Amino acid sequence: MKQREDIISAKQVRIKTLKGLLFAGLFIAACYGGWQWLKEAPKEQGAQKPYRAALKINEAIFSKTLDDGQLAKTYPVSKAAKKVRVNGLIGLRQDIDSNWRLEIIRQEGDTLRLSMDDIRLLPKTEIIFDFKCIEGWSQVSYWGGVKFSDLVKRYGLDAQMRLSYTGLETPNKQYYVGIDNKSMMHPQTILAYEMNGSALPPRNGAPLRLIIPVKYGVKHLKRIGRMYFSNTPPPDYWHERGYDYFCGL
Amino acid sequence: MKKRIRHKHSLAIRWFHWLNFPILMVMTWSGMLIYWANDVYKLGWGDQTVLKFFPDSFYKALNIPFRLAEGMNIHFFFMWLFALNGICYAIYLLWSGEWRELLPSRQSFRELIPAVVSTVLLRRKKDGPHKFNAAQRFAYSGVILMGFVMLLNGLAIYKPVQLGWLCALFGGYENARAIHFTITMLFVAFFLLHIIQVILHGWNSFRAMITGFEVLPNDTSQKKDSDHETA
Repeated sequence: MKQREDIISAKQVRIKTLKGLLFAGLFIAACYGGWQWLKEAPKEQGAQKPYRAALKINEAIFSKTLDDGQLAKTYPVSKAAKKVRVNGLIGLRQDIDSNWRLEIIRQEGDTLRLSMDDIRLLPKTEIIFDFKCIEGWSQVSYWGGVKFSDLVKRYGLDAQMRLSYTGLETPNKQYYVGIDNKSMMHPQTILAYEMNGSALPPRNGAPLRLIIPVKYGVKHLKRIGRMYFSNTPPPDYWHERGYDYFCGL
Repeated sequence: MKKRIRHKHSLAIRWFHWLNFPILMVMTWSGMLIYWANDVYKLGWGDQTVLKFFPDSFYKALNIPFRLAEGMNIHFFFMWLFALNGICYAIYLLWSGEWRELLPSRQSFRELIPAVVSTVLLRRKKDGPHKFNAAQRFAYSGVILMGFVMLLNGLAIYKPVQLGWLCALFGGYENARAIHFTITMLFVAFFLLHIIQVILHGWNSFRAMITGFEVLPNDTSQKKDSDHETA
C-alpha cells in the first residue's frame, strides 16, 4: 500500500503546520482542563462525584451482566495458609463480651438474639478459598461456619432478604459494612466461627465473622454484633473513606 | 516554492494515538497509586534485591502513598476510555486496511535483525519505501497486542470470581497481577524508546503525527503530480 503524495506550496505547509499546532494546543488545554475538573469536582463519600458515578455504573454493568452466582474457586486443605494474615482491628479493640449474642434486627423492635450454641446447631459449611484484600494481596484460607442462606431459611428471614441490603456492625459499632442481599445469599457466604479447623481466634474475628468470597476483604466484617436490613445502602466504613460501595469480585 | 508531501497518518489514527497518550498516562499513574498498597515486586533472586519496585524516595517524590481509594476510582473510570479507544482503533485498522502497514510482513521477518540493531543502537536510518520499517512494525504491533492482553488481564483482576475462567487463563489471581505490572513496565519502556526515536527522527516525522503529512526531500522527487495513488 503506497501512501498518497501531493505537491503544495511552502506557504501551505506552514499554514497546515500552524493549524496542527494550534489544534494540539487546544487538545492539551482540554486534557488539562478535564483533569483539573475531575480533581476539583465536589466529593461524595470521600470520592469525586464523577468517579462515584462511574463506580455506580460499573456496579450496574457488572452485577447485571456477569454476577450469575458463580462460585469462587475452592482449594484443598493443604493449600490453606497456616498463618492467616490480620490486616485491620477496627472495632475489635475491646474484649469480647462474654454475653455476646448475634443480634438480627428483623424490624424495629423485633430483634432475634442468637448465642453461639444456637448458631452451631445449624449445618456446618466449610470453605477454602483465595481471600482477596482490596490492597492487592490474597491468601488461600480455610473457614468453617454456617451458610448465611441456611440461617435465613432456619429463622425465616425471607421477607428481610427481599429488601436490597444487609447492614452489619461490630458490637461497639466502630466498624460497619453494607452488602447487597444477592451477595449475602450467595451459597459461599458464611458466618464463620472456625479457622483452619479450630476455634476462630479473636484477631480473626471471634466469635463470629462474615466470610463472603464474592467481595474484597473490607466487607468480611469480624466480630459481628448486629445485622439489619434495608432498601437503602447501610453506612459502610470504607465507603465513607472514598472506596467503592459494591466491592464485588 | 513547491513542496512534495506524503500523507502519512490518517486523521483517525492521529486521534486514536493522541487520545491514548493521556489515557495511558492516567492509567499508569492511578495504577501506581494502587500498586503502592501492596508493592511486592522486585528485580533480584532469593533474598538478593537489585531493584525494589519502588524505592520509598520514588513514592515520596511523586506523592503516591495512601491514595489507594483514589487510585482505584481513577483506574475504574479511565479503564472505559482506554478500552473504548483501543477497540475503536482496532476496528478502524481492520476496516481501513491500515493493518497491512502495521502488522509485520514476511519481509519484516527478514529485515528484523538489522532493523532492531539500528533501533537499539539508536542509529538514524533512512526511511524505506514503507510507512514503517520492520522494527517499527514489530514494536507497534507488539504494543497493541500488549494493550489487548492488558485489557483482558485487567478484567481478570477486576472480577476474579465472576470471570474465574479468565483469571485461570492468566495463571490465577497473583499471576494475573504480576502480568499486569510487567506489561505496565513494558509500556513505560516502550514509551521511553518511542520518545527517543521521535527525537532522533526529528521534526518532520513528529509533525506527521500532528498534521498527518510529511514533507519529502525535493531532490529525490521523480514523481509527477499526475501519478498519485490512492492510499
